[in-house]
Amino acid sequence: MQHTKRAVATGVALLSAIALAGCAPSTGSDGSADAAACTPADGKVTLEFTSWIPGIEDVVAMWNDENPDIQVKVQTGPNGNSGTYQSFFSQLKAGNAPDLGQIEYDALSSFRVQDGLADLSACEDVVAAEDDFIPWTWGQVTLGSDEGVYGIPQDSGPMALFYRSDLFEANGIDVPTTWEEYKAAAVKIRAAGGYITNFSTADINQFAGFVWQNNGGWFQNDGKEWTVDLTGDATTQVADYWQELLDEDLVSTYPAWTEEWNNAYNSGEVWSWNSAVWGANSIASGAPDTAGKWSVAASPQWEKGGTSAGNWGGSSVAVFKGSDHLYEASKFALWLNTSDEALTALNKSANIYPATTDGLNLASLKEGVDFYGGQAIYDVFAEAASQVNPDFVWGPTMTQTYADVSDGFQKAVTGQGTLLDSLKSAQDSTISTLEAQAIPVAK
Amino acid sequence: MSMLTLKRGATADDLTPRGPRESLISRGAAMLIMGVFTLYFLTPIWWLFIASTKDRGDLLTTAPLWFADWNLFENIHDLVTYDGGIYLRWILNSIGYAGLGALLATVFAGMCGYALAKYTFPGRELFFNVVLGGVLVPATALALPLFLLFSQVNLTNTFWAVLLPSIVSPFGVYLTRIFASASVPDELIEAGRLDGAGEVRTFFTISVRLMTPALITVFLFQFVTIWNNFFLPLIMLRSQELFPITYGLFAWNTQLNQIPELRTYVLVGSFLSIIPLIIAFLMLQRFWQSGLGNGSVK
Repeated sequence: MQHTKRAVATGVALLSAIALAGCAPSTGSDGSADAAACTPADGKVTLEFTSWIPGIEDVVAMWNDENPDIQVKVQTGPNGNSGTYQSFFSQLKAGNAPDLGQIEYDALSSFRVQDGLADLSACEDVVAAEDDFIPWTWGQVTLGSDEGVYGIPQDSGPMALFYRSDLFEANGIDVPTTWEEYKAAAVKIRAAGGYITNFSTADINQFAGFVWQNNGGWFQNDGKEWTVDLTGDATTQVADYWQELLDEDLVSTYPAWTEEWNNAYNSGEVWSWNSAVWGANSIASGAPDTAGKWSVAASPQWEKGGTSAGNWGGSSVAVFKGSDHLYEASKFALWLNTSDEALTALNKSANIYPATTDGLNLASLKEGVDFYGGQAIYDVFAEAASQVNPDFVWGPTMTQTYADVSDGFQKAVTGQGTLLDSLKSAQDSTISTLEAQAIPVAK
Repeated sequence: MSMLTLKRGATADDLTPRGPRESLISRGAAMLIMGVFTLYFLTPIWWLFIASTKDRGDLLTTAPLWFADWNLFENIHDLVTYDGGIYLRWILNSIGYAGLGALLATVFAGMCGYALAKYTFPGRELFFNVVLGGVLVPATALALPLFLLFSQVNLTNTFWAVLLPSIVSPFGVYLTRIFASASVPDELIEAGRLDGAGEVRTFFTISVRLMTPALITVFLFQFVTIWNNFFLPLIMLRSQELFPITYGLFAWNTQLNQIPELRTYVLVGSFLSIIPLIIAFLMLQRFWQSGLGNGSVK
């Protein structure tokens, strides 16, 4: 199954390259001028919406019942990077994209530089909704600019530390609050025969989350040019830290989401995971034998007493360029991502963790979770959500950057080169990819 | 590629009785290698079968290659009722795409190959070489251009978007041409003409029968190719009611993190999805084998 995935990813990457190469000239232009006006249409409107959230049909049905004049037709498919983004790009190229689509934050820039997104700042309701959202999630959909709004934030992935409270306690190890303590705990756990965590070479998003927590950033865009900085001080500190843990054999290196990985957690070989809010579900499903033995604490900090959180994942609902119904589309997207009824339904069907400040107080997020010994774990994530640095920006060629960093990381865990080496070479290849697509890069 | 290996196999069969006797050692070695490879290819299917019979908890915690509690029928029941029975819909779609697509592809390739073998017309070799070139173009490279073409005529996200590109089989044209020139005697066609049959009638009543083994082969190849084709549906389809089984299972597999129970459905679904292929092979393989034999003798 893993191989198929890889082949598909390669195929998708290949096709994106073809699609992107074809679209390159549109990059420099500022598309907002010819945007459709945000005014209500006369009569009944039917919108197309593509999303891969499980159970989204039921949530959309709630909207359709209440809004006979704005009907939404929903379509589902695989996760974005597994094919849906490729569909979007093809459809944009053919001029028949749906009105709305789900896009993860790290992919928004790619669609923006291909001039595929409608600017929602023309809609009053959208501009007024800014205050409803957790500030950093809004930063993700404005793409670091002050002018445009390219989507409505849907969910977020604030990070915290999942750990085996029973094992930590039985071995007399305190829950680490700093990364230094985390390493000290790792040494003790290794002595006890376990690993403190698993370092995944494929999930560059997790690594990016660590960098994000350290107030680092990989991309910057001043409206004209992109700055690429995969080897800044913050990144280097994170890379060196994990390199040490790898060198001293303090972390395991199973490929994430595989049976081995699940087993490592299920059998108690690996004791903690610094992951996003949705990780709660991954552990519960992957390590069913450990029910009741886990707890959640804030992520370890770089400075004692620090209050900084990383983010891993999260997505938005964007309106595609070419949609004639900006007004209706933005109305629906706002309802989907701010109304209590929709957020509750999304949380129930797919564990969507809301991006609005009110959403963090949903009744369903206040309950204790049995798998975590009855702890109200979402309180920890709500706290973390308010501590995520709002200035982190994703670049427009993340698929390629992830692939390059991941290839390097895989070599690094087998002892060829270091994590930092792979970031350095990914820096170079990212710049050349941007240049190959005629996206201006600051030197 | 497959054609080459198959032909070589057929030729070896042909020579064996007259060739020198093999030594016990080389025979033993050959059996050993075949045994190892059989094991290698069957183990994943065995694993898939075992995994399909377990419930979700047992899947992760019990021995991967042996049974735990027998849950196969509950799993199948859950699978076919999940999301309004969408899985059965996908199976039907796959059978529709692959069955109908392979049938049409066989008819077209057969007619085309026959025409290329039995009629002389200017540009025949050029035409044949272009078709041969088509064998070399990977389907993946064609997906995006096809999408843009189908967009122009508003056929994306329809049944036709997957069916129409599937009825083209350059390999089938190649195979049927070779086969027709070897197995359909010109004299027979002449006889048909003298008896007053038109060209179309001659083809469908006489030549098709002689070409049956080749046509079965084309059908099987094309059936498997369409069944396994993943990229075309990925590019063309958006509504899950239209997905073939491969793409549907893949879509589920990408959502494992959000809905863990899908893991069981993907496994059971994959296991069930190989059954139609096995049936197709068992039903058609005797035609297929005799077909290859015929071709090589001539």
